[in-house]
Amino acid sequence: MTPWLIFGAKAVGGLACQMGVGPAFTIVERRVAAWIQGRVGPNRVGPLGLFQPLADLVKFISKEQIVPADADRVLFLLGPLLVFAPPIFGFCVIPYGNMIGDEHLQIANLPIGVLFVMSVISTGVYGMMLGGWASNNKYALLGSLRASAQIISYELSLGLAILIAVMMSSSLDLNVIVEQQAGKGFGAWNVFGGGHLSQLPSGLLGFGLMFICALAENNRLPFDLSECEAELVGGYHTEYSSMSLGVFMLSEYLSMILMCGLMTSIYLGGWSFPGITDPSDHSILAGLISWAVFMTKILSMMFVYVWIRWTLPRFKYNQLMDLGWKAFLPASLVNIALLAVIGVMGV
Amino acid sequence: MANDDRVGSRDVEPKGFLAKTLMKLYVPSVLSGMKKTMEYMIRPKATLQYPEVKRVTRKGYRGEHRLKQDEQGRMKCVACFMCQTACPAECIEITAGPSPWPDRDKAPVQFRIDMMKCIYCGMCEEACPCDAIELTETYTQVSTSREEKIYDINRLLSN
Repeated sequence: MTPWLIFGAKAVGGLACQMGVGPAFTIVERRVAAWIQGRVGPNRVGPLGLFQPLADLVKFISKEQIVPADADRVLFLLGPLLVFAPPIFGFCVIPYGNMIGDEHLQIANLPIGVLFVMSVISTGVYGMMLGGWASNNKYALLGSLRASAQIISYELSLGLAILIAVMMSSSLDLNVIVEQQAGKGFGAWNVFGGGHLSQLPSGLLGFGLMFICALAENNRLPFDLSECEAELVGGYHTEYSSMSLGVFMLSEYLSMILMCGLMTSIYLGGWSFPGITDPSDHSILAGLISWAVFMTKILSMMFVYVWIRWTLPRFKYNQLMDLGWKAFLPASLVNIALLAVIGVMGV
Repeated sequence: MANDDRVGSRDVEPKGFLAKTLMKLYVPSVLSGMKKTMEYMIRPKATLQYPEVKRVTRKGYRGEHRLKQDEQGRMKCVACFMCQTACPAECIEITAGPSPWPDRDKAPVQFRIDMMKCIYCGMCEEACPCDAIELTETYTQVSTSREEKIYDINRLLSN
């Protein structure tokens, strides 16, 4: 019984990290957007407007679910779920805290965690393609083509940027990657070279590339061409209404959380923070502190996402593709070569 | 300096390979833009939470009308029709009658202002020889019918 209880507790904890923060972050996004634009933002529902996501949920649920005539009903309704599932699935290998007793705070301790996340992330694009295609609407189809082309292009650079961290840590196990960065000061974080000063440029470049690719991968501004509501008819979810649209929107936040969690884990030291967490302390309190550190890191990164969203204008489609294929891909390949040379020379 | 905001613009010539590369990648421009948005984010907002917080009107704000009374509680108006004549919107309608007091001939029996027609120009206030009508600083007017928007003499006296 006990292993199942522990597994259940870990699963609930991991899900709470993601499913709790996702809706909560919609209110952060709206408030920050409002502040940047000189407005106040939603502040009426509950204290400080904190219950706004609940009101949004009620609105989404109480709207009519419309399936267009001649749309493929099954695929149409399956689309949002196929976008919704991968981020949750991927989050189960992200370590969200230090060990408590003998248990890693991680739903599934896979030795190939990084590969698993990469492969799971890339399946999210099928939901978008199916949703756009099944809508029986040419604008939705074009939107889904835009979205999938963008995601597939940036997945390449994203994978190479992740590879930098993997090369620094010589492991695909996210737990090992985080533990290598924990308890040795800021210099041990992969973004600062993973303990070797000679790797600092590679770490910084890798993290920068990964951050930008994650923006593109999550369809966030300045790369939100797939769903620029104002001028391109909504994108792949043009025909969606009610909760299926809500699921699309929620899964956008969930994949943001997954991306931020992955970036935090492989580049920014995961749940560790010099002076606050102690990797050798496996008590419950230390576990909770490390969890709080991890969540703070994720939320700060998502705040930067929102900050960037309301600062930078959108790229044109050709600029987006140029950036992905002609700038990021060569840059990450050069970065890998550089890091490999440094690694072989053993400086 | 007046051009401090333009750190990332093209007319600033960067020096050195790293600076040139960063400039080409728009890194300084992006960072200065993000600095700007952060400034806007922490700046206090002009919005008032209206029903809870009401705007304090400036002195001399022209809101709803009021008919003034003297120290003995008698209304100052002598029904001279100056305000009705001066009104460009023709929203004032006075019915005059004999005055109950000995120091004047007439007093209004009815004094109506159609608040839907009124343009709050303050000409009535300027035209009045007895300083009997003035515009208050009340700017909220709530009513559920058109009839309610026509203020009669009692409403104006109690304003």
